[in-house]
Amino acid sequence: MAAKYTVSAKRTSAKVGKKTRRATPKTKNVPVAKTYKLYINGKFPRTESGRYFKLEHKGKVVANVCQASRKDFREAVVAARAAQKGWASASAFLKGQILYRIAEMLEGRHQQFVDELQAQGVLKAPAEAEVDQAIDCLVHYAGWADKYQQIFSAVNPVASSHFNFSVPEPTGVVSLLAPQRSGLLGLVANIAPAIVGGNTVVVLASQRLPLCAISFAEVLHSSDVPGGVVNILTGATDELAGQFASHMDVNAVIYCGTSKQTITEIEEQAANNVKRVITRAGKYAHGPYTIKDTLEIKTTWHPVGA
Amino acid sequence: MASTAKLPNLNQVSRVDQVGVEERAARFCARSIKNESKQEALMMVLSMIDLTTLEGQDTPGKVTQLCHKARHLNAARPELPTVAAVCVYPTMVAVAKKALTGSNIHVASVATAFPSGMSTTKIKLEETRMAVAAGADEIDMVISRGAFLQGDTRFVFDEIAQVKEACGKAHLKVILETGELGTLDQVRRASVLAMHAGADFIKTSTGKVQPAATLPVTLVMLQAIRDYYHETGRMVGMKPAGGISKAKLAIHYLVMLRETLGNAWLTPVWFRFGASSLANDVLMQIEKQRTGVYQSLDYFSLD
Repeated sequence: MAAKYTVSAKRTSAKVGKKTRRATPKTKNVPVAKTYKLYINGKFPRTESGRYFKLEHKGKVVANVCQASRKDFREAVVAARAAQKGWASASAFLKGQILYRIAEMLEGRHQQFVDELQAQGVLKAPAEAEVDQAIDCLVHYAGWADKYQQIFSAVNPVASSHFNFSVPEPTGVVSLLAPQRSGLLGLVANIAPAIVGGNTVVVLASQRLPLCAISFAEVLHSSDVPGGVVNILTGATDELAGQFASHMDVNAVIYCGTSKQTITEIEEQAANNVKRVITRAGKYAHGPYTIKDTLEIKTTWHPVGA
Repeated sequence: MASTAKLPNLNQVSRVDQVGVEERAARFCARSIKNESKQEALMMVLSMIDLTTLEGQDTPGKVTQLCHKARHLNAARPELPTVAAVCVYPTMVAVAKKALTGSNIHVASVATAFPSGMSTTKIKLEETRMAVAAGADEIDMVISRGAFLQGDTRFVFDEIAQVKEACGKAHLKVILETGELGTLDQVRRASVLAMHAGADFIKTSTGKVQPAATLPVTLVMLQAIRDYYHETGRMVGMKPAGGISKAKLAIHYLVMLRETLGNAWLTPVWFRFGASSLANDVLMQIEKQRTGVYQSLDYFSLD
């Protein structure tokens, strides 16, 4: 502290306004490393548990990452539940605009994401391709925002004097265990279809590649996505998968992985409140049917005539 | 009571150290509570709740429904305690009384031109008598904050004493509406005033004004109760109300109660929570403790 004050005292004592040039400071800037925190309810808190894990690449520590606890997850679900109604009632047009905005913000930070992927061990060309695809994916779903309803809605023929129609509605709060192998695209390709359908999500980012998830949270944060609509945690998948599947206030769980044992566990836990279980592995199928995974079809029988 | 009560000299009331109180209140939130104690505490919170509906849109149907909820908090778990009381407007007392026949649950009625208290003493007394006649076991009155802030403590004191007399056998809870009193010093003075005027309980808020109950405000009132007890030997109850909707916060209140007034006050006879949505959160936590799984409001009745 003392040293700092001496420096500033010197600076103020220098005669301002005169043409004497201030010498450029000889000290080099200390690089400011980013603290990767969680993203819950539109804020960036640290994990309540105070646990962190070191993310290493080639023996070098890349970052300290929060190891979220079940209590962090609980907070995230509370936030997602609170945000769900408002987000679901936002107009299709607005949802599309916001998704497009996310794409714009991501485009602006293109290089940052490429660098981050590379720091985690992804090669340059695939990293660039991944960021491009993530942006494309967002634009793709932004377009679907006001169109999927028309595909999945129907007026149904019935043999009574009813006007019978079906419309899709969001499932509610969706918990998502993001794919391990793809730090950005895997995340975006699962979040975008869920939120475009009016759901709110709680995401556990890839344990191996968690950095882009938190940087993506910053992108969401500056894209008019209401707080609580997307909540992102980093941590141990084994530890939290059970919680993601068992929480009674979660309406659907998406598991991106192939472990048969985990799938069985999730299915058993999810049965408690008849959660929708969606498992995804391998390639990311973009399209309206991915949106439909987290939609529910509501059919209405409306009496007509006599 | 009214004839013997004497207005205390409020200038003699000790001042409150606001920073100290806030620090102390914050400490109560940092206690480590083990699972078994938590389980017990949750049960105790349930038994201390005054389940409340005080809205312009209240109907006999809604009040009946709430009384049913009070009697059967969780139909699947009959071993759970019931709440202490149901708190309604005077016009709903008869409905609540009828719906609670055969249970130990009290009917509490707000009175004296709740929530503002802006009416004449005559009308306030009439309202109190009406609520008691309809079967209210407890009366929650509001003080005239305007008169109190103006310095007319004699008027406020007499009014409380008169309402106490009008209550007859019914217990009197005096709402200070701390959110409108401004400072903790005023809260302390109002507490002393109300207790000397004959209050059986002192209560923080109507729930219609923000801020409602907070830990610091409640702590000041608890300290006033403690000092009044040492001075006179009479126990006075405490009811924080408004804004306590989470089980965790309710447990912090119990910790504060235990550490300020001791075990004697740890019963529904001397401590209540005025709340409408607290009960469901406590039920959810009890279920969480039992099953190990976080719960959803979808599976608990609204009222």
